[in-house]
Parts: sequence; structure tokens; C-alpha cells
Amino acid sequence: MADLTIDNLHVGFASREGMVRAVDGIDLSIKPGQVVGLVGESGSGKSVTCNSILQLLPSPPARFGPGRIDWSGKDLLSQKERTMQQIRGKEISMIFQDPMSSLNPYLPVVDQVAEPLIIHKICSPDVAKEKALEMLGKVGVAHVQKFPRSYPHEFSGGMRQRAMIAMALITQPNLLLADEPTTALDVTVQAKVLAIIKELCIDLQVGVLFVSHDLGLVAELADRVVVMYRGKVVEENETKSIFRNPQHPYVKALIACRPTLESPKDYLPTVEDFMGEKQTPLPPLPSESIQARPVSSTPLIQTRQLVVEFQTDDAPLLAVDHVDISIEQGTTLGLVGESGSGKTTLGRTLLNLVKKSQGEVLFKGKAIDSASFAKTNALRKSMQIIFQDPYASLNPRLTIEQTLIEPMVVHKIVDSKKDRLEKVVSLLQEVGLGEEHLHRYPHEFSGGQRQRICVARALTTEPELIICDECVSAMDVSVQAQVLNLLKSLQASRGLTYLFISHDLSVVKFMSEHIAVMQNGRVIENGSADQIYNHPKMEYTSKLIEAIPKANRSLHLSF
Amino acid sequence: MSTHRSSSLSKDAWSRLVANKMAIASLIMLFFISMLCLFGPLLSSHSFDQQNLDKVFQAPSIDHPLGTDSLGRDLFARTTYGGRISLMVGLLATLVSLIIGVTYGMASGYAGGKIDAWMMRFVDVLYSLPFIIFVILLMVLFGRNFLLLFLAIGAVEWLTMARITRAQTITLKKAEFIEAARALGFSHWRILFHHLLPNLIGPIIIYATLTVPAVMLLEAALSFLGLGVQAPMSSWGSLIQEGAEKMDAAPWLLLFPGFLFCLTLFALNFLGDGLRDALDPKHTKG
Repeated sequence: MADLTIDNLHVGFASREGMVRAVDGIDLSIKPGQVVGLVGESGSGKSVTCNSILQLLPSPPARFGPGRIDWSGKDLLSQKERTMQQIRGKEISMIFQDPMSSLNPYLPVVDQVAEPLIIHKICSPDVAKEKALEMLGKVGVAHVQKFPRSYPHEFSGGMRQRAMIAMALITQPNLLLADEPTTALDVTVQAKVLAIIKELCIDLQVGVLFVSHDLGLVAELADRVVVMYRGKVVEENETKSIFRNPQHPYVKALIACRPTLESPKDYLPTVEDFMGEKQTPLPPLPSESIQARPVSSTPLIQTRQLVVEFQTDDAPLLAVDHVDISIEQGTTLGLVGESGSGKTTLGRTLLNLVKKSQGEVLFKGKAIDSASFAKTNALRKSMQIIFQDPYASLNPRLTIEQTLIEPMVVHKIVDSKKDRLEKVVSLLQEVGLGEEHLHRYPHEFSGGQRQRICVARALTTEPELIICDECVSAMDVSVQAQVLNLLKSLQASRGLTYLFISHDLSVVKFMSEHIAVMQNGRVIENGSADQIYNHPKMEYTSKLIEAIPKANRSLHLSF
Repeated sequence: MSTHRSSSLSKDAWSRLVANKMAIASLIMLFFISMLCLFGPLLSSHSFDQQNLDKVFQAPSIDHPLGTDSLGRDLFARTTYGGRISLMVGLLATLVSLIIGVTYGMASGYAGGKIDAWMMRFVDVLYSLPFIIFVILLMVLFGRNFLLLFLAIGAVEWLTMARITRAQTITLKKAEFIEAARALGFSHWRILFHHLLPNLIGPIIIYATLTVPAVMLLEAALSFLGLGVQAPMSSWGSLIQEGAEKMDAAPWLLLFPGFLFCLTLFALNFLGDGLRDALDPKHTKG
């Protein structure tokens, strides 16, 4: 019997304010060869559940109480640490989110993959190494055969995650726990990794608990889906039934708030709409549409044969290779491509955060370079950027008020102290926050709220162009919908121009009128969003579109 | 504007510091020790340099609360008087090394590239100078002078400070909030002192609390070489050194100055921890 049965599990964390309930009585069971998806937003308790199975939570502060986690007749919650060590990696394995940091950089990959076999005394070190090579071959890490001494830094993110899968499966465990294993990966890589997990688990009859915030992604491979919300299971069913006939409003919201390639272009439903909670107020869309705005003949920003070169030890690396893009005032250009394609560098070069090597950047038809940035602050004022990680991009030692007032002081935008404060408050209201948030520090906010603050900060200088650099990529789908809606409504009310950088094509499709596809520093395809999606010219573009999880499509559903 | 900002930040920090019992106890202890050193010599009926060869190595008594040393001088007067010099040297020299080291390290790390390389090679050169030779050189050039003590200690202690600050600056300057500040058009000056410095404060304070005892002991070593404190003047460092030599005959000579020295260091360390936490807004609400 290698079933996992979680029965009425409760997990709490002791904090200064008393017990915080993270998992509040959930039931779950996984049979061999079955893939169970555990879905929920951050803070819903899904990772805590996953980590509780292997007793990986530090206790204290974690407290387990009432409930059982039943594994082959044993209650895992009451096992000693030594017994758990026998189970970890041998009977139950785990894959983590970040393949960059979950491999030891000082050991060859093969040795690390072989290690579980040696530790659990399954076979001798020599045999273990052979088996490791074989396993790495199975997950598609081919070049290890040629270079058996390669280290993690010589692997790409996707290859590292494959190596992690090999390491987890090499002992032929009965259960695999996968905690957001593809969240840090590009869409194309994600599709491959998912396929590998699915194939191997059916092959080896391994049960899988697949934890993710993305319902669409889980639908790609799970047989059953369990949806968690605030520590409780709100719905559990066969994958198809969940999509066809969601019962709980939260599940309905999760299905609806992910932008699909077909979704209408104005507004994404959010969880709040479905849960009937207080909705973050957004300014109403102005009656005049973007198209009605007088379009000036010169694009707001344009590049001509832009080249950015980085010096490396071997040869100069062309991060941006003779790129021509242009964005009309009030429109959005979506920039897509895998990591390393140069899209982030391109965005930063426009802002002069990275120096260009050749070519021209034109702002309102006038060529600009680093000297024009140095001469006048006007350029800085009119171009802003929103980063991927809102927490890292806010100074942790400044309150929100200080963060928002500083740009106005530097650029002498509003003179009197009172007016500045008024403007800060109105900006906060514009992004859906309020006066009560003024004196708080960044760590006191949720991820979505922090990104709203970053948006407000970008707006302090009243820019015309905002570069959104993967600005929703690290977010849960439900939060992502809110931020995307905010950006859309700000564009409508302020006539903003966006360069929207993302690896997620469905998000880019939702946001942009035009799309440019980048690969290895070059723009390989450029055109209107519909044209790119419906008639991609390049194979690479079709590959990117193909890789988007299309739960709705594959299940022949319509919403 | 700026007054409003600084007052609110320091008010926040102060309320967090007050909530930390160990830090407040340490602050009170430090205040008490400073008062003792300031007024102690005045309270004693003996002066710190008054010799009495009839009463050498006397154990603590009512007349001499901490006993007497090899020349019959009152240990209470000598310990409290020595505390003035030790505290002054310890705190002032640390402050000087902080100012030089942090500024230099931040400038070097933030500038990066060739400037950074040259600035750090200069630090390496100073590191490689043997300290004793450096001190003798200073004495030859300037003669015996109490100010030289600060100069010599400051010249040595800021080097490590600069290195620590530089390393932290290099890590932090890649942070997205620094890039965001650049994208907003803030000047380098503003980024350095308004965005980088407050985030460097944690490691700086911790290292500073480690520097204070190091400086006090260094002062003892320098006094032994004839630079700085000369008999009959005293300092904790020199008293501990003397006490260690006569430990078998008169253990109180080591015990009392050593106790006060340890107490001061404990208090400084706890206060340093408290300050670091108080200046970190993340510690507000657990």
C-alpha cells in the first residue's frame, strides 16, 4: 500500500499575535500513478501542506494538531526524525520551485543525482553513477553523457529542473511532491518539464502531488484537482468536472481571471468579483476610447538599429542585435521571448540604465543618448519602469509616503509640502490604495499591493512611457488580473504608452496592440497582436504560442 | 520636508528601541559607567597619581574601596580616571574609523571598476604596513602626542570597516530599488546617502560594536610602547595589563578594571543589537 492519505490536517504557526492557522482541516489522498493538483494563491496553505508531508517545516514555530498524514500505515506526523530521513528521498521525493538554488553549485550534477541511491544504500557508488547517467538521459539532459563532470552553473534553468526531477525519481519513490516546479521557468521550457513529469510518473507508477497557483497549468497534467483557499479545501473533483462545472465562486474566479488568447481586451474578472468582497475601486474608463485620441505621426519612442554589446571573457556578447521597434503614443507594444533573449536589456537601454553600443533611440522623433539624459531630467521624468519583483524594487527603509514624495522633490514637480501630500494621496487612490497606507513600510503589504505602490511611484513624475518589465510574472493569477486591470485603466485615463515585457504570451496578448518577438537579441517577428497569434510567421513564435497552457481549449470548453 | 522625514524615522526607531529591554538596560548601564568615570575621581579622597609607599598592594578596605597598587595608589581613583580615557578613545576612535571607513567603502563599491580597484589596492597597502613600525614612524615624525593615539588607531581600524562597507555596497547596488532610484533620475549623492546608507546600517553597527573593544585593547598596547597614555595617567587597558602581571599578589588589580571593561563591552554589544533592530522597519510588528 503506497497511498498517501491526509486526514483533517491542521497546521498553525506560533507568532507574537498568537496562533496563525495556515492549514485548517484538509483531507486529501493520492494513489500510485495518480497526479493530484493542489491549487491556491500564495498564503492559501498549499506549500505548508506539501512540506508537512515530509516534515520539512521548522517546528517551532509550526504546530501540528489534530489530524493525520497516513503513509503506508504510518502516521508521518508522529514519526521520529530518523524514520523520516529513511522516508525522504526514498519513498517520497520532492522537487522545489527554484532550480537555480536547489542544486549544490560545488558538486557535479551526476554526483548529486546519484547521491540519494548512495545515502539510502540502494546500490554501490559506481552503480549509482551509472544509474544517474541513465536517469539524466531519460529526463532529456543529454549532454551529461558527453561531459559527465559538468556542474550546475553549466546548465540552463530548465536543464537544472530536469536534473532535479532525475534526482527525485532515481530511487523509484512511490510519491513525488512537486512544489511549483515550473514557476521559475519559461513557458516553452515549462511545457517540456511538465511532459517529462507526466510521462515518467505514469511509467514508474509514481503518485504526484503537483502544487501550483495556476489552475490552467495544473489542468494540463492532473487527474484530480484540489483547490485551497485560506487553509481550507473549497473544491475537489476530477479535473474535467472542475473546469466544466466549477461549484465554488473562488474556483470560478480562478478559471476566469487568467487571460486567455480569446479574452476580451478591457477587463479581467478578479477573485473579488466572484467572492462578493469589497472590490478595489478602479477609476471608470473614460468614454473616449484610445483610438479616438489624435494620433501624432511620429511614434513616441523608436529605435534604429540598436545594438547593446556586453564584454565577456571570450567574445563580445550581442544582447540586443540591430533592433528596430517603435511605439505609438497611447498604445502598448508587447515584447515576448524566452529568458536570455535580450528583452529586458532592450527595455533598460531605452531608459539609459544600460548603455547602448550602436544605433539610435528616438523619443518623440528626437535622437537621445546618455548625454541627453545627463543634461536634462526631463527625459527621466517622461520614461519610467516597473520591475518584476515589487519587493526588491522598493527601498525597505522608506515608508510609502517617503517613497512617493521623493521623486517629486527631486524633479521639483509640486512645490508646497501640502500639495505634495495631496498628490501622493490621490495617486494612492488612483492605484486602489488609500491614505491609511502612507506611513507603512513595504514589508507590510502583499505582493499585489506592493506592485500597485511601484505603479504609483512610476506615475509620480507623470511619465508618458512606462516600461513594464515582467511586472506580473511573479504573481498569482488572481493578483495578476488585478494589476493588469489597473494598468489597462491607467492607460485609458492617462493616455500612457507601455512597453510590456513578458514571457507569458496570453498576458501580452491581453495587454498589447502590437507585439514584437525576440530571440537571441534579434526581433524576429513584429506585427499586430492578432496577426502574430493567428498567423505566426516564424516557427519560434508558434512554439511560444503552443506552449501556453490551454486548459480551456484542450478540454473543449468555452466560457 | 527633510526635518519631517528624519523626525518620523527617528521617532519610530526610538519607540522600537524602548521596547527592547536589554538595549535600554544597556543604555542605562553605559550612562551609569560614564557618570562613574566622570565624577568618580572627584568623589575619591585620593588622587589617581598620589603614591603612598607604606600602603602598597592593600586589599579593598573602607579607605581604599578597591585596594591599592604596587605604588600604593588608590585603585578606585585610577580605575574611574582610566575609564575616562578608555571610553573616550574607544568611542571617538571608532567614530572616526566609522566615518572614514564607511565613506571610503561606499564610494569605492558604488563607483566600481577601475576606481574601485585602485581604492582597494590603497587599502591593501595600508593593511600590509606593520602596525608597530607605523606607530614608531608617527612618533619620530610628530613626537609623543595624545592626538597621535587617535590618528594611529583610526588609521588602522577604518580599513576593515571600508572593506565590509564596500562588499555590502556592491551587493546592494544591484538591488532593484537602487535601479528604480536611478530610473527616477535621482542623483548619485542622493542614492548613496538616502538609499544605500540606511540599508547598510545593520552590518556597520555590528562591526562598530566589535571595534570599540579592539580599540581599547589597542590603546593598551600602544601605551606600552610609549605612545598615548603615560604613567602616572591610567587607562583600563594599561590597568588590566598591570593587573595581569601582579595577578598572584593582588588579584583585585585585575578584577576591578577587568570587570568594568567587560560590563562596558556587554552593554555596547546589546545596545548595538538593539540599535540594528530598531533602525530596521521590518522589526515593527513582528
